[in-house]
Amino acid sequence: MAELTTTAQKKHLHEAFCKDVMSMPEGSKIKQCQQCGACSGSCPTGWAMDRGPREVIAAFRAGMIDEILKGNTIWMCTSCYSCTVRCPADIRITDLMYELKRLAIKYDLWPRDAKAPALTKYFIESVQKHGRNHETEMLSKFMATKDWSLGPKFGVMGMKLFAAGRMPLTATDIKGKDEIRKLAEYVDSKEVAVP
Amino acid sequence: MKYSYFPGCSSEATGLTYDMSARAVAEKLGIELREIDDWNCCGATSYFAARELLSFAISARNLALAEEMGPEDIVCTCNSCYTILAKTNSYMAESPELAEEVNDALAQIGRKYSGDLKVRHFAEVLVNDLGAEAIAEKATRRLTGMKIAPYYGCQFTRPMGGDWDDYEFPNILDGLFEALGATVVDYPMRAKCCGGTMMLTEQDAALKMCHDLLQGAVDDEADVIICACPLCEMSLEGYQPRVNAKFGTQYQVPVAYFTQILGYALGIDEKTLGIDKQIVSLDKVLAAVPA
Repeated sequence: MAELTTTAQKKHLHEAFCKDVMSMPEGSKIKQCQQCGACSGSCPTGWAMDRGPREVIAAFRAGMIDEILKGNTIWMCTSCYSCTVRCPADIRITDLMYELKRLAIKYDLWPRDAKAPALTKYFIESVQKHGRNHETEMLSKFMATKDWSLGPKFGVMGMKLFAAGRMPLTATDIKGKDEIRKLAEYVDSKEVAVP
Repeated sequence: MKYSYFPGCSSEATGLTYDMSARAVAEKLGIELREIDDWNCCGATSYFAARELLSFAISARNLALAEEMGPEDIVCTCNSCYTILAKTNSYMAESPELAEEVNDALAQIGRKYSGDLKVRHFAEVLVNDLGAEAIAEKATRRLTGMKIAPYYGCQFTRPMGGDWDDYEFPNILDGLFEALGATVVDYPMRAKCCGGTMMLTEQDAALKMCHDLLQGAVDDEADVIICACPLCEMSLEGYQPRVNAKFGTQYQVPVAYFTQILGYALGIDEKTLGIDKQIVSLDKVLAAVPA
């Protein structure tokens, strides 16, 4: 992964996070975090994280956003929203995790052994191309670049799904796929570029 | 009863039998599901992980298309599609700034969304608009003796379903299947996460989550797990051999969409419900149902 070497870069990232979060619905609630740990205790993958969501908020407050992005926490978040519905301060923690994922991708600051960013990329490529996610295409690209071992591991299941018509080889293109492309171009034009 | 139906991308692939059985059940119960014309992917968790405004915008294109068709509620079968579309709808209502940004984006493709529609889950529509008893009256088979573990999954009620069911212990389908004669077991794992796409990116974590979900059903002596989401169904059904390989277990737990079992009770033939397309056979479960 890329490295943040200067204090100015870290400050920039910290400020980008604050700005984005404050503009999200109920985003300012992050200020109310009392470090109770209900989020980390509720997290189904907390046991596999470098640091749980409670610690992520603490680390962010300590100015350690680069440390958060270096770890595996955000890529272990499944978006199950257990933390969000249990947080006594009504902090939408899942939304914070999404924001951190976006920053990690935008600033190219994710650990290179994390595979979720690649899956995200291939998913979006498929939808931008067809208007819908072509599961088989996304999966093939992911296996080819990130984990060839999935082939033999899931081979038998894949063949059963294929035989049942549940893994089609051809994609469905929507009529309005140009609209999906135009939406992306428009949003691109509105975004602040990485310095 | 008329609704705008959002099938979601899985309906064309791994979730094919959910779509088949949901449409068949709707027809049998006199519900008109009008497919949203030219719908696109809801964006799922992937778009939110990469692009915020774009995820709301492509999601809102579906809301705009539905609105062009009429004022009917939007119905989703997939938990994830439901969560994303309902979240977009609700966040646009909460934040006029976001609604404006999204509509500025939609204007580029000649569309707009007023914010007036409701996004709902098919399970909730069946129970709240038709009612468990009314559905049970139309059943031609009683599910007597069938022990069902209802696996709702994480994004069934979290975070968008708090108005119509519980975040931690959803139970809206329990009453329906009890009315159909089945025994619904407690299954405390019912709203835990299956790991979803983590089965591809973080297999150790995802296999453990699936193992715990399967073990929970075995502990409760369930004959079948019913699902309300194509990701959940794929995880529990498709990856059972991987779970067995990793944990040395011998699970052969039948997994079905709730619409397949409901459809069977309504007398719909097995082929129409896609029962022959399941990977773990449902034959034994269905054969035990009294004729």
